Amino acid sequence: MAMTNESSGASFRPSMLLYDTRYRSMTIQIVVMFMLMAGFAWLVDNTVENLRALGKDFNFNFLSVRAGYDINQRLVEYTNDSSHGRAMLVGLLNTLLLALVSCVTATVIGVIAGVLRLSKNWIVSRLMGLYVEAFRNVPLLLWIIVIFAVMTESMPAPSAFRGENATSSMLFFDTVAITNRGVYVPGPLFTTSLGAINLGIISVSINFLLILAVVVGSLWANIRLLRHATAVQEATGLRPVTWWKSLLILFAPITVVLIALGFHLSYPSLQGFNFQDGTFLRNSFIAMWLALSLYTGAFIAENVRAGILAVSRGQTEAAFALGMRPSWTMNLVILPQALRVIIPPLISQYLNITKNTSLGIAVGYMDLRSTLGGITINQTGRELEGMLLLMLVYLAISLLISGLMNIYNNSVRLKER
Amino acid sequence: MKKTVFVGTLAAAAAIAGTASAAKLDDVKARGELNCGVSTGVNGFSAPDSAGEWQGFDVAVCRAVAAAVLSDPKKVKFVTTTGQTRFTALASGEIDVLARNTTWTFSRDVDLKFTFAGVNYYDGQGFMVNKALGVSSAKELDGATVCIQTGTTTELNLADYFKVNNMSYEPVPIETNAEAQQQYLAGACDVYTTDASGLAATRATFADPENHILLPEIISKEPLGPLVAHGDDQWSEIVMWTLNALIAAEELGVTSANLEELAKGTENPEINRLLGNEGDLGPMFGLDNEWAKRAIMAGGNYGEIFAATIGESTPIGLARGLNAQWTQGGLLYSPPFR
Repeated sequence: MAMTNESSGASFRPSMLLYDTRYRSMTIQIVVMFMLMAGFAWLVDNTVENLRALGKDFNFNFLSVRAGYDINQRLVEYTNDSSHGRAMLVGLLNTLLLALVSCVTATVIGVIAGVLRLSKNWIVSRLMGLYVEAFRNVPLLLWIIVIFAVMTESMPAPSAFRGENATSSMLFFDTVAITNRGVYVPGPLFTTSLGAINLGIISVSINFLLILAVVVGSLWANIRLLRHATAVQEATGLRPVTWWKSLLILFAPITVVLIALGFHLSYPSLQGFNFQDGTFLRNSFIAMWLALSLYTGAFIAENVRAGILAVSRGQTEAAFALGMRPSWTMNLVILPQALRVIIPPLISQYLNITKNTSLGIAVGYMDLRSTLGGITINQTGRELEGMLLLMLVYLAISLLISGLMNIYNNSVRLKER
Repeated sequence: MKKTVFVGTLAAAAAIAGTASAAKLDDVKARGELNCGVSTGVNGFSAPDSAGEWQGFDVAVCRAVAAAVLSDPKKVKFVTTTGQTRFTALASGEIDVLARNTTWTFSRDVDLKFTFAGVNYYDGQGFMVNKALGVSSAKELDGATVCIQTGTTTELNLADYFKVNNMSYEPVPIETNAEAQQQYLAGACDVYTTDASGLAATRATFADPENHILLPEIISKEPLGPLVAHGDDQWSEIVMWTLNALIAAEELGVTSANLEELAKGTENPEINRLLGNEGDLGPMFGLDNEWAKRAIMAGGNYGEIFAATIGESTPIGLARGLNAQWTQGGLLYSPPFR
């Protein structure tokens, strides 16, 4: 280290590192960084040391070993002959499924509750206030367990649906069965299958991809149509009639495709111990879904309320002065501006939902935490590797969601020119 | 749960390197207390009684070890563990011995680095169903919903059994025995499967035990026993031979009733060696000569413990079966005290 600085004339003394304000902050930063690195090094060294003392190595080979256990909710092909890595994938997809549906319902619930809480109707606003406070102030885990326990204890067993004098019956023209194991609803089936595309680790049905493509295409076409209508309106002052074109674009192609594929529903029916056919929504899934949606919905409601209140009162008055109805005012003036305030906290609520899915272990929902972080770790004894992998996956999911939402946020935020 | 495992992992990682190599016996003596991992409550095996005292068949092993090492069967701290947390707790040193109806398997012994100190109960996996279901054999369970404790060998056996018999089932993963009991009684699962002894113990706590039957099929071998972490032979020998002392005591006719009498000296040199009148077996692994006497005094010999906790006179009502002495046609066989 150069001890003197000839060019400036003033001589540099080591004590200046501490007493000279020009250098002090840098000295402190360097010292703290070294301490931090030393701390990390000590942790890593200690881990390695102790793993060696326990006679354990550090590797991820267990992921390719046969898992040997069964998972009840599977979105992809999985048997107990599959590997632990495959079990992890099944768990990951279950986590993502739960997170996705919960985010959607929580947003819907949150926006409705947030808007209604500002309602001038005393009963409506107080009811929403009650909902928000009740769900926000009780731990999520309790809500999950309460909903699960209610479903399990108070719903009839499948055997109650059996026989001539059954004590329970299915709802909606014998299509939905609510049991203490879960809810059986009609499931979609196709008579013609176009096969599946094998994407290496998962194979996706071409039917599904086709339907997805048609739906996305229709939505895109509809948006183009509406844009065109707006352009015409701005040019001529007359808005062309679009509603029947919209309906045609949105529903005609998908109907054609569904008929071509021989779409029909399979209805649940009682066979043996349980209902068979149809789609089975397990209690664990329903409890997680409801609890996550209602709990996070309460937080989102508060974000929405805050966002709306952040829009100046003058905006509403101006809209009313232009003769707009309250519903138009909300949809066209208030909410678009409120979104700028709502989106950033909404991102963290979505992240919370995703991370809170790991509470599924409490009701036996087979998410990533239960498969990789639960059974796999337990059967293989790879706690450290499993937990690190688990943390890494959750981190990756969260960063992805965060990234996507930030892109959306950039598109709606105030454009400063 | 996430936290528990993770904290356990961290604890394993951050434990001072010294503790891993130091003798467990010295640690336990210095602490004056034995940390014993038990279940979260399986009646008859390990469950707190109305006074909050832990009682049961597995608990008795811990008390015997505490009596041998610390001269007081009460000096045990019971740490509840689930099927998922038990191994982490043992590997990290949070508990000294795990007595939680844990099955002795190759991979747990070799790969998870534990030492099984013997078998205190020869068990097998069974099925319990409600009589109203009208099932008389496990072969009729195709399509059933099965409650199963996660992180156990039973989970793997179940998968194997249904696969071999070409049947399907819907697993309902459950964390503890109490949860399983609640789910099973609510009818959320048709079948509850775990070790047959555990099923009997669980059934004994039902309001209507007569309405539930254990199916005749026993689908696996489940040798249950206490276990300790690898790497401390002295400690594993103490636990192993304490268990053997209880078994040998029954074989030799040493009971808590005649213990004091026999401890004064007998004609049988094996009893004398066991109770410390002859030779110096205790000091060979760092205990005094009366260790086995204290261990037997804690709860009686193996047969007395069995009878008092899970035997036929208790609500659980398990027959000795495989767990009789080898002289009675069972599998219990203690190596000689010599």
